Amino acid sequence: MTERSYIRNFSIIAHIDHGKSTLADRLIQFCGNVKDREMRQQLLDSMELDIERGITIKAQTVRLNYKHRDGRTYQINLMDTPGHVDFAYEVSRSLAACEGSLLVVDASQGVEAQTLANVYQALDYNHEIIPVLNKIDLPAADEARVKTQIEDVIGIDASASIPVSAKTGVNIQYVLEAIVERLPAPHGNKEKPLKAVLIDSWYDSYLGVVVLVRVFDGVLKKGQKIKLMQTGSAHSVESVGIFRPKKEIVKELGPGEVGFFTAAIKEVADTRVGDTVTDDKNPTETPLEGFKPVQPVVFCGLFPVDANDFEDLRSAMAKLRLNDASFSFEMETSVALGFGFRCGFLGLLHLEIITERLDREFNLDLIATAPSVVYHIYVNNGQMREMHNPADMPDPTLIGHIEEPWIEAAIFVPDEYLGGVLKLCQDRRGRQKELTYTGTRAMIVYELPLNEVVFDFYDRLKSISRGYASFDYQLIGYEQNDLVKMSVLVNAEPVDALSMIVHRSRSELRGRMLCEKLKELIPQHLFKIPIQAAIGGRIIARETISALRKDVLAKCYGGDVSRKRKLLEKQKAGKKKMRQFGKVEIPHEAFIQALKMQD
Amino acid sequence: MNVSQKFEQFNDSNFGIYVHWPFCESKCPYCDFNSFANYGSIDQADILAGYIQEILHLRSLTGPKSVSSIFIGGGTPSLMLPPVLDSLLRAIQQSWHVESWAEITLEANPSNVELGRFKAYRSVGINRLSLGVQALRDFDLQALGRLHTARQALVCIDITAKIFPNFSLDLIYARPNQTLDDWRCELSQVLSLGGQHLSLYQLIIQEGTLFANKRLAGELHILEPELANDMYALTQQMTTNAGLKGYEISNHAVPGLESQHNLLYWRCGEYAGIGPGAHGRIISNGYRIAILNEYLPEKWLAKINESGNALIEFAKLSKEEQADELIIMGLRTVEGLNLERLARIASLIPMQKKVTELVEQDFLEYAQDFKVLRVKEQGRFIVNKLILELASSLEPV
Repeated sequence: MTERSYIRNFSIIAHIDHGKSTLADRLIQFCGNVKDREMRQQLLDSMELDIERGITIKAQTVRLNYKHRDGRTYQINLMDTPGHVDFAYEVSRSLAACEGSLLVVDASQGVEAQTLANVYQALDYNHEIIPVLNKIDLPAADEARVKTQIEDVIGIDASASIPVSAKTGVNIQYVLEAIVERLPAPHGNKEKPLKAVLIDSWYDSYLGVVVLVRVFDGVLKKGQKIKLMQTGSAHSVESVGIFRPKKEIVKELGPGEVGFFTAAIKEVADTRVGDTVTDDKNPTETPLEGFKPVQPVVFCGLFPVDANDFEDLRSAMAKLRLNDASFSFEMETSVALGFGFRCGFLGLLHLEIITERLDREFNLDLIATAPSVVYHIYVNNGQMREMHNPADMPDPTLIGHIEEPWIEAAIFVPDEYLGGVLKLCQDRRGRQKELTYTGTRAMIVYELPLNEVVFDFYDRLKSISRGYASFDYQLIGYEQNDLVKMSVLVNAEPVDALSMIVHRSRSELRGRMLCEKLKELIPQHLFKIPIQAAIGGRIIARETISALRKDVLAKCYGGDVSRKRKLLEKQKAGKKKMRQFGKVEIPHEAFIQALKMQD
Repeated sequence: MNVSQKFEQFNDSNFGIYVHWPFCESKCPYCDFNSFANYGSIDQADILAGYIQEILHLRSLTGPKSVSSIFIGGGTPSLMLPPVLDSLLRAIQQSWHVESWAEITLEANPSNVELGRFKAYRSVGINRLSLGVQALRDFDLQALGRLHTARQALVCIDITAKIFPNFSLDLIYARPNQTLDDWRCELSQVLSLGGQHLSLYQLIIQEGTLFANKRLAGELHILEPELANDMYALTQQMTTNAGLKGYEISNHAVPGLESQHNLLYWRCGEYAGIGPGAHGRIISNGYRIAILNEYLPEKWLAKINESGNALIEFAKLSKEEQADELIIMGLRTVEGLNLERLARIASLIPMQKKVTELVEQDFLEYAQDFKVLRVKEQGRFIVNKLILELASSLEPV
């Protein structure tokens, strides 16, 4: 156990691609935790997807021993936090477990929207902030401008910021010196009953659930019987350890220290991020505040393309949930798509990550339906029901009113793209709250209905701004609006998986675009196919796919048959993946593609 | 011998040989065949030596066979010197038994016609000529990249008719800017020439051709499908009236003079492919095998010199692949898809429900006491789609 005054705990706040993981790698390397031959990029990002997308999904920690110029060796705990809004709650828990943060800003880019939200959170936890200007080796780096921006936009003193290049290793030692000299040592009393915060947990096939904690008071050691205060469950600690970043078993963890324990816990769902870990017999009287269970915000249906994969999909989802309690699923049946699951996610990125993992790690071909938000339906007798699926919408005559979730979005964008971004927000029923400039970049704050954001807002934003806009949001509450269910009929048959809830004022436009898009996505058949969008019994848009007129090869001789057969095999495989509605076959990708609007 | 007798005569033991001559004087902008211009002076003796090696190799795979047809295509095989052709045909005769009635076709271009050379081809054994006329309008011939004029084509047809007992003319229609009346006029002229076999192809823009690039660049407009379909219908009508029955999507003949070699392809018979990029379907050890040769002439020759053959594919066809090929080919012909044969060869059959649906939609019809499925007139425009519908509904017998 290290004396408290020689411990420093910090996290790194950075926008995607601003070099957080590279900086972490350098710090680890500088302190000699990994031999050069073990060095690979992005030591902390362990999931394939983490590395590929350049984002961290699970919280990670690493303990460094740093020999300071005062001759003493300090224990420095680095907590790497998820960088995305979908995982904002995990971020807040990680921040709560440290005393300070490095604010890493790309000196060639500047402050981005996500950074802002996380810095404010860190300030809420009374963090000491050390600004670090990264990528000073780039010709486009502009330290002075970015310093001013940090002071203007975030409002913290940037005069003592440290210019570094994580890539080349320049000035890394000054970062470590600043951590020791400028961040406070943790508080805590080892004589008091155990009090630790559960930062994260994950499933390890050898050890069971591994729980990451930061100790505030008391001592955590092997053999101890501990209690998780929110869930009320008690477990015997089987091992205690730290990450360097490799696992290393230690005797105990004392106040201020960060590490993990295992205790034969079977499911990640039994351990809640933010919960207080205490001694079962001698519990703390003051559990940590601020525990809140995470709620899924975005829902969508996931169906196997091949109906025979249903059981595989179920078991794959169960496996993913072992490690990600924030992901939920329950069985759903669709007339159109057969058996599948209605799944809940923390946000769009979370949705994308899960579907991508199902595809890659479990090799499942999926049909994803339109993402939906959680609506509050007030029926005539005043009762409120949550609705996750447009298919569950009650008869309109039974509905008093409907409320939908709204968000507050902060968007940073170079001013040349501002007009397009404002138009996008306006078109999506947004309400402007703020518009400020720092240099040539604008920060806009909008209130937007989440259902206008879940489809393709982020894609559109990126394309309008050529990738330069950054975006962050938080839920701000529910609001009553004139919302209706729009259904889609293909060849006069309703396709339930394509129905959606829209604002009445937007319904005709949406309906028209949807019909046009479906006309492109559904191949021509031997007969003509009407496509209609309807609200109740009223048709609001209509397109017709004409019958196939010509599809014939002029020549087919001995040399052509192989080529034609290979093409036919592809077509047959494509046809297998289509869904049959009455006499019409719809390609599975149409279900999600149809919803991408071109404003 | 009339058509029905020939149908009866056909059985799975017929065997054809395709020889590919990949060289041309120039590459036509619509052509996606394995053909090469600007080869300078190739040594025809080297190519012949390669052919002969391949014949020996194929003979070892097929065993003894009776050859019912030989087709020398290209490329422009009428660039072949008659003695080379002579040696080639002799090599084939030495490896397999060539039936006395076998159809032996050579493809020729009107741009390289000489009376003497044609006579020589005839004397070494060619009994059918397939002439790449393509158009009888100079403007269009130029646009199609052809090196001959309409006048030359007419002279060439005249010579051909005098020398060969049997010949066929190839034409391309549904050309950019062509009108229905243009085609009516041109086709009547073609029919007046007395040919007994016509291959009439609608212009199709194939990927990788010069025309495909032009189309992408917006410099080439293909006809509206409706107009092309009208031209197709007109073609059927006019050829039928002239006594040339349509027996495949693009082929018309006086009954009895259908191309035996091409029928072999459409009936999914057995054929060996010789030459660069040639495909074959052979039966070996009881399996139906798809074979394919190296495409590039110099690589093809190098491979043969190295290992005695130039195969880049030797693949046993699965039951489903055989079924696919039977459907692809069968639906293109007026003979239709023989369901009994399909069941016997592939143990697969299209789902009854699907067939009934397509019959009710008037695209298909049954023939010969439900043993055969045929594409009806209005189904011919969309035969690819019908092929897909049947092939994707196959189920075990």
